[in-house]
Amino acid sequence: MMFQSVLFYVFAAMMLGAALGVVFSRNPVHAVMFLVLTFFQSAVLWLMVEVEFLAIVLVLVYVGAVMVLFLFVVMMLDVNIEAAKRGLTRYAPFGIAVALVMVIQLVQLIWARGQGVTSTGGFVATPEGYSNTKALGAVLYTEHVYAFEIAAVILLLAIVAAITLTMRKRPGLKLQNIAEQVAVQAKDRIRVVKMATEKKQ
Amino acid sequence: MAGLVPQFVVDIIDWVLGVFHSLPEWLQYLTVTTWKILFVMITVILLVAFSTYFERKVIGRMQARIGPNRVGPLGLGQPFADVLKLLIKEVIVPSQSSKFLFVIAPLLSLVPALAAWAVIPLNGKFVISNIDAGLLYVLALTSVGVYGVILAGWASNSKYALLGAMRSAAQIVAYEIAMGFALVGVLMASGSLNLGEIVRAQSGGVSHWFVLPLFPLFIVFWISGVAETNRAPFDVAEGESEIVAGFHVEYSGVAFALFFLAEYANMVLISTMTAIFFLGGWASPFAGWTFLYEIAWLSWLTVGGLPWLFAKMCFFMYTFFWLRATFPRYRYDQIMRLGWKILIPVTIIWIAVEGAMAWIQVGPWSELGA
Repeated sequence: MMFQSVLFYVFAAMMLGAALGVVFSRNPVHAVMFLVLTFFQSAVLWLMVEVEFLAIVLVLVYVGAVMVLFLFVVMMLDVNIEAAKRGLTRYAPFGIAVALVMVIQLVQLIWARGQGVTSTGGFVATPEGYSNTKALGAVLYTEHVYAFEIAAVILLLAIVAAITLTMRKRPGLKLQNIAEQVAVQAKDRIRVVKMATEKKQ
Repeated sequence: MAGLVPQFVVDIIDWVLGVFHSLPEWLQYLTVTTWKILFVMITVILLVAFSTYFERKVIGRMQARIGPNRVGPLGLGQPFADVLKLLIKEVIVPSQSSKFLFVIAPLLSLVPALAAWAVIPLNGKFVISNIDAGLLYVLALTSVGVYGVILAGWASNSKYALLGAMRSAAQIVAYEIAMGFALVGVLMASGSLNLGEIVRAQSGGVSHWFVLPLFPLFIVFWISGVAETNRAPFDVAEGESEIVAGFHVEYSGVAFALFFLAEYANMVLISTMTAIFFLGGWASPFAGWTFLYEIAWLSWLTVGGLPWLFAKMCFFMYTFFWLRATFPRYRYDQIMRLGWKILIPVTIIWIAVEGAMAWIQVGPWSELGA
């Protein structure tokens, strides 16, 4: 247990450090990479409480897909550090207010747990042969099936909305008709001209 | 035994075993796991080395050339000569580049390719970590590999490298979806995310392999695998005809060697995964053929094991080279069209077909439908 506590504090400290790196790094690409590190550390913390399905899905979805797209966008931005700095001072009060609210919530939660108000009983190791994935699937597709499907429909809606917003008809847009390209025959492109050989002059 | 090996060898083995058993349990576990990891890593790296040789020989023959034949017998020393050459070359870090990311990018593409081997079962018993969510773990790690390519492109501070990275990021994200959907079909058929269980679900000879009922998914998985590794005909990330060498144009020496190693390690990994998911992994294709048991000199064919997995892996490695020697490079819009408009719909339709078959209790997964 001692060893696990040490591991927990090491990974938690790295996670906090990486999260601070997201906020304080000047370069947006570096910030994204810090965020990736933060996700990895939180996945490790989840693995330590034996929720391996959620941990791996966190890496698969957030690190493997969402952050790649994020990086994709950020790399193409022309970053103006001066403008970003001005933004920082303007939004700082708002950010501090949000941070304060979250700190108060966390303190309340930890304090309440210390008082024994919500006795979750702490962390209980799962028995041998218990499959996290199966347990999650069993709940997700029976008890919470409507919430699950509504979430799927909302995501679909977001995809359709995003595509509609970006698929505007621009003038001068050139598109390739693949079917047409495939159907092309040699005689459409090349004209074979038959002519008599000319005499050498 | 006593007559075959000298006494001092037996003594040494006894002594080593005695020391091993006197260790505390966690240290025993640590020692065994470390040896397993070393064994797998060294095997993979040797496979990579010889697959570069194999590739050059295969493509050479397909183009009516001989291929490397100067270094060592049959040119087998060629990979080691290449490694030595790359090791003694200078690593140049471009000015104005992001140095830390530039150096770490090759490692980011190599480490996931090697780490994925932790859950790959090599035979019925040997697997470094037998975890339940093995399939997800492999999928997560293969998707992390793209960071190496993107960061290499960005950190180089070079336009060609950035263009290569852009193409690669879009391509890998697109084909990962098709790959994931193809694996959904596999896990529906096997009823497990554990790679060992997936292979066991296919035991009983070639007719039980998932390649037959899941043939469209097998094709989709294989094409996506080729695209994920950025190999020809999907190698627009390094399309040398238009963007010099793509994302690794600024890399030289050891840093370039690491990218090279990562690419081939990924190929070996994809080949092994295809064998495990669709061709029964270590299982023998003749496992259920009872008449073979009676013929003494053929009965070994029915026993599963690492050689079968190795043979299947080699077949897919050969297919990688075969594709490279056969097809011209895809155009970028064709890649996107194939990924989004053909492969993904095919997988979704086949998953629906599979679901319907499980519902009406037809096919090899009928007992799982209940």
